[in-house]
Amino acid sequence: MALTGLEIYKLLPQTNCKDCNYPTCLAFAMKLAAKQADLADCPHVSEEAKTKLAEASAPPIRLLELKGSEGEFQVGNETVLFRHEKTFFNRCGVFLRLQDSLSADELKEKVAEADAYHVDYVGIDLYLDGFAIEAASGDPKTFGAAVAAVAEKTKRPLILLAATPDLAKAGIEALDETRPLLYAADADNWEAMAQVAKEAGLPLTVRAETLDELADLTGKIKEAGVEDLALDPSLSGYLDSLHKLTSLRRLALKENFRPLGYPVITFPGSTESVDAAILAAEQIAKYGGLIVLDEFDPSTLYALLVLRENIYTNPQKPIQVQPGLYEINDPDENSPLMVTTNFSITYFSVANEVEGTGRPAWLLVADAEGMSVLTAWAAGKFDAERIAKDVKTFNVADKVPHHKIIIPGHVAVISGELEEELPDWEIMVGPREAVDIASYLKSMWTT
Amino acid sequence: MAVEIPKEKWTAQVRKVTIGATSEEGGTRAKTLTVGGESALPFLHYEGSFPNKPALAVEIRDRKPDDWSPLLLDALGETAEDPAKWAQAAEAMGADLIYLVLSAATADGNPNTPENVRAVVRKVLDATGLPIAVVGPGQAEIDNELIVPAAEEADGERVLLGVCEEKNYRTIVAAALAHNHLVQSKTPMDVNLSKQLVILINDMGLPLERIMMDPTTGALGYGIEYGYSVMERLRLAALTGDKMTQQPMIVDPGAEAWKVKESKVGEGVPEAWGDWNRRALNWETLTATTLIHSGANIVILRHPENVARVRKVIDDLSSATT
Repeated sequence: MALTGLEIYKLLPQTNCKDCNYPTCLAFAMKLAAKQADLADCPHVSEEAKTKLAEASAPPIRLLELKGSEGEFQVGNETVLFRHEKTFFNRCGVFLRLQDSLSADELKEKVAEADAYHVDYVGIDLYLDGFAIEAASGDPKTFGAAVAAVAEKTKRPLILLAATPDLAKAGIEALDETRPLLYAADADNWEAMAQVAKEAGLPLTVRAETLDELADLTGKIKEAGVEDLALDPSLSGYLDSLHKLTSLRRLALKENFRPLGYPVITFPGSTESVDAAILAAEQIAKYGGLIVLDEFDPSTLYALLVLRENIYTNPQKPIQVQPGLYEINDPDENSPLMVTTNFSITYFSVANEVEGTGRPAWLLVADAEGMSVLTAWAAGKFDAERIAKDVKTFNVADKVPHHKIIIPGHVAVISGELEEELPDWEIMVGPREAVDIASYLKSMWTT
Repeated sequence: MAVEIPKEKWTAQVRKVTIGATSEEGGTRAKTLTVGGESALPFLHYEGSFPNKPALAVEIRDRKPDDWSPLLLDALGETAEDPAKWAQAAEAMGADLIYLVLSAATADGNPNTPENVRAVVRKVLDATGLPIAVVGPGQAEIDNELIVPAAEEADGERVLLGVCEEKNYRTIVAAALAHNHLVQSKTPMDVNLSKQLVILINDMGLPLERIMMDPTTGALGYGIEYGYSVMERLRLAALTGDKMTQQPMIVDPGAEAWKVKESKVGEGVPEAWGDWNRRALNWETLTATTLIHSGANIVILRHPENVARVRKVIDDLSSATT
């Protein structure tokens, strides 16, 4: 359990020396309890107090860090069950699994293709987090060669799916200067696997059929000296995943149950009769940590990466763009003027469409407090008054002497009021959806 | 080590709502649809009871839509030409509810008429034994003009009428009261607005057992997280005893997902978007399944393949043994 300010105060020197830049030790303790200060700021604290405080302040889900030769990846440290309570912090990983039964050339080709995958979503670059290489051959030499082949084509973090110490070692030896995740220790091999992980200083996955066995194993492995762990709770489908992952998250957050306070690795494609895309989506929303896919299919990957972005967006900070008058394709005084809101998804949907038409246009992005067109309109943040105000604020009339403004079709009802607010302007009602902008401009705007 | 699974103790449950009436109940439906009644968060069978699975509504139109994705129109084929055939096809897909959306204008461009609406509603009722919903095109005046005759024609069938919004609900609620129907109460992604409209509708005398709550959603990539979180908050409030949030929820991932560029457009889009048809199917399915996890009791779908795809997930999640 997290300590209160007073409990922390008892562990501090209580000298009020101010070296931490707080007036008293109690004030510093309160800041520590609120996680707004760092214990390292106190130069006088005892080692014993440090250990106790570190234990108490350890996050309920331990952070797991993986490193590729360049890329880094972090997962864990989550603090809430529902995103609206605060936010989900560290995006769950999306990895691609490949088998060492493929030839080196096949592996390289597949990795190069998937590694090059990038897709833009509202200005955010989305891509795979890394690769998981499976020692399907059971042969250390083959596996080592496969890992080396993969590492040649990607700098992203790796997961070594190697179930024996010899295989794991062969994989580790094929890599240098990286921090892959080892997979997996179970009831039969945990001692040897923990030994390998300890020697190499690498994180280790722990796998068991039940949460009871899983908690037993993590305890033993931690005692053996490996602290950075991931959990594989052996999931068997949508419901099993929902139940086990919900229980794991609740155990960590509500009970502060350390033996299961680690990120979870899942393989949605492993269960027959399950639609891997749907199970992966479930795990993005419901408590997955590292999600290992079996197929590289952009039409699924794009959807999953967007979903992850949506679920992990901080609900307290809607993604917004700066209000203002935006120029698209180098507009002049004859170019059409369209107005929309400053919710980033809305802005990018509209801006991308207009850009795609190849036509020059002005886009007035009104200050609707980061809400979409309909939401903002319903909340009174995107009405005639607001639009008229922004037309003036951003000196729109100087740029477009034609005085025609195209409003989103969803707010057609405000055109009358807007005529009153902007008496010498012509109000045109555009399409409801951004996707129809091209055909609208084609038929309605001839210059 | 015996790990004790944490369980939440909820104090209340989601209200049960039944759509449709059999001949014993004053209608002509072969079966009815009951949703709601659960006493825990979605599918956590170990801490509550779930008397009713989430249901699938399939959207049909009174005429072939002009602006649907060609992928959808291809998949529907000639069934989209005729509401009766479309209703039967939806039933064959595995729909629990036929969700009939009326158009503002007829195919020749003239305004839709009460006579046409009566004829279409009659056709659909005759074509299927499933319960139905009838909603207007989403423009207040036209909605009212079209929903009243629909309600009269389907008198006693316990049809779900819509869409009630804050600025336009009275006429539709009055029609539901007069002809023994239910209503869909739709508000823009806000917990308090959801509650408020349920209260206003209830104040007109419509029992809570006849109100479906539609908190509105965005498609994947287009604001789904807002709808998702509002639904989670509404459901948490319902389970902790906030009475006016206890209506079962209906959302429309079909309409939302099929109007976005990812589903509508196959050319001139980034290669990284992948195969158009698979992407479009994923868009609707993942929007729907994500919302089911946040508490949706009815999701409205459009594509026949996705009805089967989502049905399987719901069946798996609803099986109490793991």
